[in-house]
Amino acid sequence: MNDPVVAKRPAGSGDPGAARGVAAAPTASEAPIPPTPEAPETPKAPHVRPGDRIFRGLATGSGVFIVVLIGAIGLFLILQAIPSLGLDQINFLTSREWNTSDPANLRFGILDLLLVTVIVSILALLIAMPIALGIALFLTQYAPRNLARPFAYVVDLLAAVPSIVFGLWGLFVLGPVLYPFSEWLIDTLGWIPIFAKGNVNVQLGGTIFTAGIVVAVMILPIITAVSREVFDRTPRMHIEGAIALGATKWEVVRTTVLPFGKAGYVSASMLGLGRALGETIAVMIILSTTSAAFGWSLFDGGATFASKIALAAPEFNDTRSAGAYIAAGLVLFVLTFVVNAIARSIVAGHKEYE
Amino acid sequence: MSTNLADPTRLATPPTFQAVSLSRRIKNGFATALVWGAFLIAIIPLVWVLYTVVQRGFPVILDGDWWQKSLSGLLARQQGGGAYHAIYGTLVQGLVCGVISVPIGIMIAIYLVEYGGRSKLAKATTFMVDILTGVPSIVAALFIYTVWITYAGMGRSAFAVSIALVLLMVPVVVRTTEEMLKIVPDELREASYALGIPKWKTIVKIVIPTALSGILTGIMLALARVMGETAPVLVLAAYAPFINYNLFSGPMASLPLMMVNERNNPTQAGFERLWGAAITLVLIITLFNLLATVISRVLAPKTK
Repeated sequence: MNDPVVAKRPAGSGDPGAARGVAAAPTASEAPIPPTPEAPETPKAPHVRPGDRIFRGLATGSGVFIVVLIGAIGLFLILQAIPSLGLDQINFLTSREWNTSDPANLRFGILDLLLVTVIVSILALLIAMPIALGIALFLTQYAPRNLARPFAYVVDLLAAVPSIVFGLWGLFVLGPVLYPFSEWLIDTLGWIPIFAKGNVNVQLGGTIFTAGIVVAVMILPIITAVSREVFDRTPRMHIEGAIALGATKWEVVRTTVLPFGKAGYVSASMLGLGRALGETIAVMIILSTTSAAFGWSLFDGGATFASKIALAAPEFNDTRSAGAYIAAGLVLFVLTFVVNAIARSIVAGHKEYE
Repeated sequence: MSTNLADPTRLATPPTFQAVSLSRRIKNGFATALVWGAFLIAIIPLVWVLYTVVQRGFPVILDGDWWQKSLSGLLARQQGGGAYHAIYGTLVQGLVCGVISVPIGIMIAIYLVEYGGRSKLAKATTFMVDILTGVPSIVAALFIYTVWITYAGMGRSAFAVSIALVLLMVPVVVRTTEEMLKIVPDELREASYALGIPKWKTIVKIVIPTALSGILTGIMLALARVMGETAPVLVLAAYAPFINYNLFSGPMASLPLMMVNERNNPTQAGFERLWGAAITLVLIITLFNLLATVISRVLAPKTK
């Protein structure tokens, strides 16, 4: 971090303002010193200080590093998964069996994992989306001005609770409380497949139903935070216009805030879905494992991608067995990648959010 | 003041302001109730979780031994001992992760704000940071497992955990730092350039100090987040009921790992350790969150 050749040329070297792309012209006109012509591409004397060059290199390198890193994650997971996939005795995508105890005879398929992961996430999303919408509207439009910030802080606190604590709470506290309700659902609506009696003991609470509710609580803060930011950017003029026309509070929200923030809210929900898909420890603790196949009921047990991997992780000793789990992890990675990329592309199309 | 009006209460034109009709008022009231309700519903699990943790764990951590002893030599059903070993593990793994992530994260943010502009690389970087934010912790752990344990041939260790946590912490640091650097006024940069200060020195001496409180707050919040992560410790470190100071070899406990281990212990001792560890972890995370708030208050930006 030494800087040997400074102060030879007071102004104009480096490229101040060029990278920022703004504000160079207006301030220059006020300055008593005549502005140095901005020509960063073809400087008269291409003198860049070594300190600048090093620092720029470090910063750019860090940027490249992160791009490479994501590529490396995919690459290494693929490299490690391919040999095991080759040894797989059954179809990886369409089988429900998972037996990796004998590395010489690997039998693993992800269909059940995929279904359980998706059902848990969708249940969580269905619960969390309306509530998060309500909270975001509450915090931006309804809450008393001076209380909005502390209230927002309280919701953010939900994100600070470690997922393992949520898991323990879900299994030991929420599960027993939900049991009578689950029982009632099974008794009265059991003829609908998703409310049918599942393949695990409902009394223990280790069902997709419990897991979905807990995951819903865990993704609330992210959906709320992103939606809140978007709702906050509703143009003041739109809101005031609606008020001037005599709209009630709800009509203001319905005619200005919601149309403006819709895309942001959908994007926020996708981010929440991404979180839900990858949620590991809480689901691992809550869901009862079962050898029975997934039967489309909310009261089934089973395992998601993440919980399956986490359960087996301490016993990763054989590369081939571990490869089976890494293949599952790869599918999870691709799944979350796609969901997050969609979430991002939704917002990217809306310049007014920036 | 006119005198010849037949009906003084009759208006010449229909009133401009009409009463809000009943159905609109009902809808409005209904929406307000729903929105308040949504907020209250979100509060329930938060209070409930915290109450559970405090009620079950608080008596455990009052014992001085909890903070000073490990579980070395104790059987699963024997009460006593403490979480010293796990607290050490959680703090050290978190701090090592912080030491690695903070420079990387800040440099990426500097690149994005000061150098990247609208270049293709900057766009790719922003995109990748977003993706990295969404990478599940278990996938990050598997990646490090593949690179560190399978390919590099190293054993499971606390250091591997720290590297996996880096993947989770860097995007958070980048995001907060980026936000903070963006709100540093350009006038400050331009004033510095006008004095002939090179760009890198401007960044280090002017831009970063101005944004420092926000950056530190973000770092504290990020640390609080990674310390509660369980998936990486589960995949990359083995549990030890005794203290292990060595980051690079041997099993090392951490609070989440201790909880995973004790949750299947059906005895009273297991119950106490489980919830004791839970409240300790929540306390540590709260402490870092508080620290973040204090930092943002004390080191508040010097410019408006």
